[in-house]
Amino acid sequence: MKGLRCLLLFSAWLAGPSAAQNSAPDGITVYAAVSLADAFRELGQMLSARVGGAPVSFNFAGSQQLALQLEQGARGDVFASADQRWMEHVRARKLVDGEPRTFAYNRLVVIVPRSNPGRIHKLEDLAKPGIKLVVGAEAVPVGRYTRESIQKLAARTGFPAAYSERVLANVVSQEESVRSVVAKVQLGEADAGIVYRSDVSGQVRRYLTVLEIPDESNVLASYPIAVLAGGNSEGGRAFVDLVLGPEGQRVLAKHGLMPVSSTP
Amino acid sequence: VAVAQRKAVADRAGAPLAAFLAVALVAFLALPLAALVTRVPPAELLRRLGDAELVDALRLSLVTSFAATVTVVVLGLPTAYLLATREFPGKRLLEVLIDLPMVLPPTVAGVGLLLAFGRKGLTGGALDAIGISVPFTTLAVVVAQVFVAAPFFIGATRAGLGEVDRRFLDAAATLRASPFRTFTRVMLPLAFPSALAGAAMTWARALGEFGATITFAGNMPGVTQTMPLAVYIALQTDLDAAVAMSVLLLCLSVGVLLGVRLIAPDLTPLRRRARLQDR
Repeated sequence: MKGLRCLLLFSAWLAGPSAAQNSAPDGITVYAAVSLADAFRELGQMLSARVGGAPVSFNFAGSQQLALQLEQGARGDVFASADQRWMEHVRARKLVDGEPRTFAYNRLVVIVPRSNPGRIHKLEDLAKPGIKLVVGAEAVPVGRYTRESIQKLAARTGFPAAYSERVLANVVSQEESVRSVVAKVQLGEADAGIVYRSDVSGQVRRYLTVLEIPDESNVLASYPIAVLAGGNSEGGRAFVDLVLGPEGQRVLAKHGLMPVSSTP
Repeated sequence: VAVAQRKAVADRAGAPLAAFLAVALVAFLALPLAALVTRVPPAELLRRLGDAELVDALRLSLVTSFAATVTVVVLGLPTAYLLATREFPGKRLLEVLIDLPMVLPPTVAGVGLLLAFGRKGLTGGALDAIGISVPFTTLAVVVAQVFVAAPFFIGATRAGLGEVDRRFLDAAATLRASPFRTFTRVMLPLAFPSALAGAAMTWARALGEFGATITFAGNMPGVTQTMPLAVYIALQTDLDAAVAMSVLLLCLSVGVLLGVRLIAPDLTPLRRRARLQDR
């Protein structure tokens, strides 16, 4: 009898509303590029904590994956992409309500493990033969920016000949998400990786050393955000307003993103 | 007589129901495959088969899944033999351990492999001393495949060996056959269909391996990018290319699984047992 009751309670728990998914009618579901995860989680909590605030849930993945999910009929209220291309993709399919707005910028940095097994101290060292470099795949926004930035570096004076070819020859893996690049460098399996500035905040910071890429060789990734059509547009707008407002911008800056007010 | 009649009635009612449920399941399983096959026209499919990236991925998939299967058979056969013939303390626990990769999310397997065999992993120092670095190499792909696919061969072979009739083994013993000879001349031939089916399942699982591979070996065309990884990456830019690769992978798997069933027609344990009893 007792076993049966336990089983029933367990079933009730299984069938109950999930903590992560919003079943409340006024819940907000945000589809966001994985590089925004830390900043957006904090903003989500902020919004939920407000009086009458709706629960905010997230789907973090590569922008290209999110765009495909939305295209295939996934329901969300807000989409925040790591590049204009995938926002355009979603907008062209009439899935966006209103105009997308750029809310932040991100830039690339080179990360190496604290132990620095590849002895990489400056950007020129990325061309050293035999180092293990991990980057994003070309289909992923960060992968495209990475290749652009390497091209720009190659054109700089003082950089070794055939820099971009030599750097690309050191690539041992093209990851499907920027967080996978971070993970492989953090674990010390790769000698270096190229990721967004915002990926080197918080938890992982103590495992990594950051090499900055100078502005003129960097690629400024701009992040557009939009309310999605056919969802909880009121809730979606509240989240977008928070992101674009002073509080949101402050949180984004705290997590290594560049707020729009600081636009170059 | 009454019992037999009742049974007959139950059979009459049961058969259509069973057929209906079976058809529903088969339709459910077949529909996504049919959708894949019909999405890209055959001419387009053939044109894409010449794609360099696809050819690289296909070759890598074939080489690694074959290597993984051979490794699993060589190491798994003695394991299956011991599990089928010996009793020892902790055997149940060992069986759970061997089955575990089958239910473990492959990504978790990949992280485990990195922490065990990565450069900074538990054995990283020792491997480094003999000049081996596993992650991001083709070897890592094989290692990941062996890890996730081994249980299929071990499970099937162990079951096949366990079903060999005790009387045959006793007969071999009275003829003073050594345990090794008994194994190779009596047990293995009788368990061969099971072992072959297990090897085919291991191969198929290795061929389809994705999560552990991308986590442990990374994604590099020509080195670690197997077909499932190529499909996944292509999915993000070119849906039709991804579908073409999927169809190819599908045909390959169907070919091998079908081939195994043609070579060893009586693969089901029930039929084999029936045959043994006939003798």
